[in-house]
Amino acid sequence: MGLTAKERMAIERHSMAEQPAGFRNRNFEEVPYGYTPDEAVAEAQRCLSCKNRPCVSGCPVEVPIPEFIALVTEKRFTEAARLIKTKNVLPAVCGRVCPQETQCEAVCIQGKKDKTQAVAIGNLERFAADFERENNPMEAPEVQDKNGLKVAIIGSGPSGLTVAGDLIRFGYEVTIYEAFHRGGGVLVYGIPEFRLPKKVVETEIKALEDTGVTIHYNSVIGRLYTVDDLFKRLGFSAVFIGVGAGLPIFLDIPGMNLNGVFSANEYLTRSNLMKSYLFPQYKTPVIVGKGVAVIGGGNVAMDSARTAIRLGAEKVTIVYRRAREQMPARAAEVHHAEEEGIEFRLLSSPVEIFRNDQGWVTGMKCQRYELGEPDESGRRRPVPIENSFFEFDCDLVVVSIGGKANPLITRTTPDMEVNKWGYIVTDPWGRTSKRSVYAGGDIVTGAATVISSMGAGRRAAKAIHEDLTKENDETFTPDWW
Amino acid sequence: MYELVEKSEIFNVHKMVIKAPGIADSMKPGQFCIIMATEFSERIPMTVSDWSTDTGTITIYALELGISTLELARMKVGGSLYAVTGPLGTPSEIRHYGTVVLGGGCYGIGGIYPIAKACKEAGNEVISIVEARYSPMFYHEKELQQVSNQVFYATSDGSRGKKGKVEDVIAEMLERGARVDQAFFMGCTQMLERCSEATRPIGIPTKVALNSIMLDGTGMCGACRVTVGGETKFACVDGPEFDGHKVDWRELQQRKSAYTEQEAVVYQSLSHECLAEKKLRGEL
Repeated sequence: MGLTAKERMAIERHSMAEQPAGFRNRNFEEVPYGYTPDEAVAEAQRCLSCKNRPCVSGCPVEVPIPEFIALVTEKRFTEAARLIKTKNVLPAVCGRVCPQETQCEAVCIQGKKDKTQAVAIGNLERFAADFERENNPMEAPEVQDKNGLKVAIIGSGPSGLTVAGDLIRFGYEVTIYEAFHRGGGVLVYGIPEFRLPKKVVETEIKALEDTGVTIHYNSVIGRLYTVDDLFKRLGFSAVFIGVGAGLPIFLDIPGMNLNGVFSANEYLTRSNLMKSYLFPQYKTPVIVGKGVAVIGGGNVAMDSARTAIRLGAEKVTIVYRRAREQMPARAAEVHHAEEEGIEFRLLSSPVEIFRNDQGWVTGMKCQRYELGEPDESGRRRPVPIENSFFEFDCDLVVVSIGGKANPLITRTTPDMEVNKWGYIVTDPWGRTSKRSVYAGGDIVTGAATVISSMGAGRRAAKAIHEDLTKENDETFTPDWW
Repeated sequence: MYELVEKSEIFNVHKMVIKAPGIADSMKPGQFCIIMATEFSERIPMTVSDWSTDTGTITIYALELGISTLELARMKVGGSLYAVTGPLGTPSEIRHYGTVVLGGGCYGIGGIYPIAKACKEAGNEVISIVEARYSPMFYHEKELQQVSNQVFYATSDGSRGKKGKVEDVIAEMLERGARVDQAFFMGCTQMLERCSEATRPIGIPTKVALNSIMLDGTGMCGACRVTVGGETKFACVDGPEFDGHKVDWRELQQRKSAYTEQEAVVYQSLSHECLAEKKLRGEL
């Protein structure tokens, strides 16, 4: 208490203790253990409480960061969590999976000289949220009187949950339609248990349901009902579409349909949502490869590789077309994967998958690449090196090179504008070209982060509230349709 | 949710009538549901053979074959399924073709019923052909007869109708000079392939309902991908019906056998339960 700025600056960043790499790569338990209360307080004391709050502007949902950290220094952990929740409905999730190093922590004054010395905002957020969950009965947020208006949300991923959390508080009757038998979207089918324990997600969803949000599981909009059905048959006043990208891309090379070739979506859904890492207690099978090749360099590729090694693969190799510095995955995830014994074959891209007579994968042929001139994304373009190939054995290939827009909803909603890639076109507030229909998250932007989807959800919730309120005023004509 | 309201068995094929009002409201011929018996079960696609908006129910015929269908087979009336998702898949294209032949085997005997019914309503001459190992294994008969101008039977042992299979009945029809404008087939992969070969020489437009392995059923995972006319398609959203003359059958068979080993493991992990003993004890 009462430290000077100089004293605060002198404290080293506290890293979270974690399972040793050689041990954790055989189990699905979470990797970092989280802070102890003492560690949390000590880390919180590093915050300089800057007046201009650069970290808050670095956060897509504007969490009041210095203020919640100040509460942590006073050991008012539960209050800290509840303060975060005024802006972020999923702090335990975001504390774990947000790319803080490119957002709030990237602009932290403590990290100005040395990026690694930024205040560990994500770790503190996680600590506060975990403390609240483990030490308090869930407290239902204050809810305004019901206003009699019904809003449908399609998809229970990060954006849908955010819209639901906001609108239920504004007094709407909120119904989520979820295609799967469990809620959470990518948080349950995509992100593995060792990065985001499913009980964390379940608690958040339970809290929403306790607040009055209705979730209809096993409900695929576009098939069960169209968006128009939601208005005409079911009487909703507004619809939010947050269904994620949801269509895997495969490579255009021979062997993509062999047994043993998976999209990352399939591989991770089997392991995470269907819990085949607990096979045969859970009855969905997954193939445990001896040699696993994961194609791609994003977070999903890291998740796939780290899942493969935990399922019992002898050797897991990441094959990525560009160089290490250009990997879209978070540096921490790449580091974790490396520690766990995953090999990287960089500047390499598969040109053929080999097979045996039974149609199973036996190996892969790759072409070597080098870096050329920067492309439109600013990254140096990978250029194939002529006649430079190599081969290696593998019996399982996970393709993790991104996704496309799932057309189930857009095809059945022809009067809603999509761009040439099939993603839904919206204004900055999530309004689509179709009246009273809003969208946010990966189905608008393409693959992005949990927190950016939550930011989109927050903006859409505001727009829905504003538009529906104004609609009741007959003299008002919104200018956007 | 998803209460099992009626159940009966015909030689390992289990008729299950399930409460699912929303699905019954939106169902169209040729579509399917993805079903989980329990929280621990696999998600398996099941053709919907009948539905009623009055009772809010759907009817499936589950052929007991592995662990997932065994779990369904063990369910009792009054119990509930953990999850039923649907309708899924692109509906059958129903229009006035002229003469339509529908061939069904195993679960397809029930599965072709809604397509037959819709084709009949669209003014087609409907000829249904069903196959089984022997006579008592046919089911859903009366219903199919009601929506068909003619029903032919084929049995492996000759105990009813033609001794042989669906394609043998078709060959005979074609020999007699019958005109067929469209064929639909539903059943195991071998049957679909054989029937497609039977209609290929004279170029009868042929639709087959493919039954590849699925996970989510919304196009999100690609587990169900099949090669049709040299292009990769997702059976769950682009299908399940495809041109039978363009399907890469060998690849489909191989992909369907991907989990044979795991299926054996999970089957053996079940506690053994001797049904004969249970019957003796009067528990069945």
